[in-house]
Amino acid sequence: MSFTRCSSAKRNNLAQQLYIQNYCRIRNGQVDLDGQPIYTNASENFKDFIKSVYKHFEVDHSKFFKMDNLSKLAFMASEILLKDEPEKDTALVLSNRASSLDTDRKHQAAISESGSGYASPAVFVYTLPNICLGEISIRHSLHSENAFFVFENFSADVLFDYSEQLLYEKKAKKVLCGWVEFDNGKYDAFLYVVSKNGTFVHSISEINRLY
Amino acid sequence: MSRGVAITGIGVISAIGNNAKENHASLISGKIGISKISQIETIHKDEIMVGEIPTLNHELEKQLGLSEDEYSRTPMIGIVAVQEAISSAGITDINDCKCGLISGTTVGGMDKSEQYFYDYFQNEEHWNHITGLNAGDSTNKIAAYIGLEESFVTTISTACSSAANAIMLGARMIKSGQLDRVIVGGTDCMSKFTLNGFKTLMIQSDTYNTPFDENRKGLNLGEAAAYLVLESDKIVSRDNKEVLAYVKGYGNANDAYHQTASSEHGDGAVLAMEKALKVAALPSEAIDYVNAHGTATPNNDLSEGRALLRIFGDKVPEFSSTKAYTGHTLAAAGGVEAVYSVMALQNNIIYPNLNFKTPMKEFDLLPETEVKEKELKTVLSNSFGFGGNCSTLIFSKEA
Amino acid sequence: MSELKLELKEKIIEQLNLEDLSVEEISDSEPLFGEGLGLDSIDALELIVMLDKDYGIKLADPKEGRKILESIDTMAAYISANGS
Repeated sequence: MSFTRCSSAKRNNLAQQLYIQNYCRIRNGQVDLDGQPIYTNASENFKDFIKSVYKHFEVDHSKFFKMDNLSKLAFMASEILLKDEPEKDTALVLSNRASSLDTDRKHQAAISESGSGYASPAVFVYTLPNICLGEISIRHSLHSENAFFVFENFSADVLFDYSEQLLYEKKAKKVLCGWVEFDNGKYDAFLYVVSKNGTFVHSISEINRLY
Repeated sequence: MSRGVAITGIGVISAIGNNAKENHASLISGKIGISKISQIETIHKDEIMVGEIPTLNHELEKQLGLSEDEYSRTPMIGIVAVQEAISSAGITDINDCKCGLISGTTVGGMDKSEQYFYDYFQNEEHWNHITGLNAGDSTNKIAAYIGLEESFVTTISTACSSAANAIMLGARMIKSGQLDRVIVGGTDCMSKFTLNGFKTLMIQSDTYNTPFDENRKGLNLGEAAAYLVLESDKIVSRDNKEVLAYVKGYGNANDAYHQTASSEHGDGAVLAMEKALKVAALPSEAIDYVNAHGTATPNNDLSEGRALLRIFGDKVPEFSSTKAYTGHTLAAAGGVEAVYSVMALQNNIIYPNLNFKTPMKEFDLLPETEVKEKELKTVLSNSFGFGGNCSTLIFSKEA
Repeated sequence: MSELKLELKEKIIEQLNLEDLSVEEISDSEPLFGEGLGLDSIDALELIVMLDKDYGIKLADPKEGRKILESIDTMAAYISANGS
């Protein structure tokens, strides 16, 4: 569905230009920061891959291993961007297409007749896509606003408008935005931080270009 | 800028009524919708109680002119509520201005997918429910059914605060001029997926839920769909609309404590309420009634109670949880309770917190246990979701 | 009894995804929740499911569960007395 925005011009006259401070991409066995590869691992299997990423960046967060695939992906991508970020008033606006389907299937399989018939509480907890926002908030002690959207495709325009509005209205000082998709073993995370300073201009075309 | 956003229409279908009028009638006559489960076969059926919408799927299909097994229950009840909201807003042409739909859901089409889980490998007969599983698909079906054209349609999935967050986003988009009109709320139907999941978390009660009671045992799951129509001042005057109430304030914050439990002193809840009051530019004394999240779990009611005390001090206004009537309707809860808040304002009535007997030992909070007539100007509604997602909405009679 | 305790330790590590932890590092009497191993409420629920699935013990009350799940010792004792 297309989306008309008529007020961004009005806002831009009053508001200052915003920037993408940095961005991270995790897919196809590779971790990129600001467009540069910073780690690769050819593991076929996501579980092994993301564990190697965790170990490589020397993260110390034992609860990582209890997370589902989507949360592990979102956690690592945000860890790379936020680990040295002092700003705690950082809102979280993430999105994807598959929602929490990967974990939904696991839960469904467990409770069905041919499964064990027993639901796992630890699995059920992750049958919502926004739990990853909770994990990121716990890790970085963020009490900011957060939203999770389910889109058919990556939608830079919605993310752009939401984060511009948050910053313009001073609801947050920075926004961690992006896309975290995990389905059928395929993973793709694209996260970026929007703030008053940065290298890349915050605009829909720029977001799409970086993605 | 604290001018509220006009609410011109409301629609709701829940265990206590198929439309707003029926819901209100049940609320003021103590008619609850909690019972043993009847529409889904589950091994847990003697251990839980739920808030089912009495209308069966084939009846919904007939009502909406759909063929058998075409849609999952989630978008069907969503359509019923959206249609009521549109009609109550006096809208004849949904596309006569920039209009959007923002809907929250957690179940999506899971009710059908779980039914046909094994069939998919055998035959393609139920293939429509593969795409139907996706949360976004439910919203798209609602949009298509009401004929929404070039517009903004999106799905929010933040657990039990989804509908509240949809309302918040919608209000912002009206304020910024991005939309002239937006239908906001949420829908979730009952499913084994959810029943089994909540069973394993051991937070369901085997009897009628008792919010804010010392001996509360847990929640009753419910199903519902509820939506508001928000419109810009421009459209309100263009069409000479009657405004039912205003979305005056809103706030969202993360508790940053645990994936599903709330922090002991309600940090996220406090932040959400503070933000909402700030947006509304109102002091806490201005709140006449709080429709609490009040799920009757040991954890929520303690956390929320403490949060209320932190915000209101010794002047906590009258409050109640209406979940003893409807059960916890998950993603729809924020929408259902928004509709109830608007109805409370319209009727100057505080709906009761049923089943309350014993005050919680941790504090001196007594919810309203009977229908109470009171001049209401401003109502605050809380919705807290898994993932630490805390949302608060403030509704008022005046802009 | 000590075989059961070893079995419990192995199951806990696997079931609760306690990466980098070995059975030698879990003592029989140390508290599993709070300090000690630092397990949380979801872990408690997982263990309650495990008690039902693997030992036929049904616990309806999470609070009762916390007492039984205090340590490997208390778990093993309860299973020996009540399990199938």
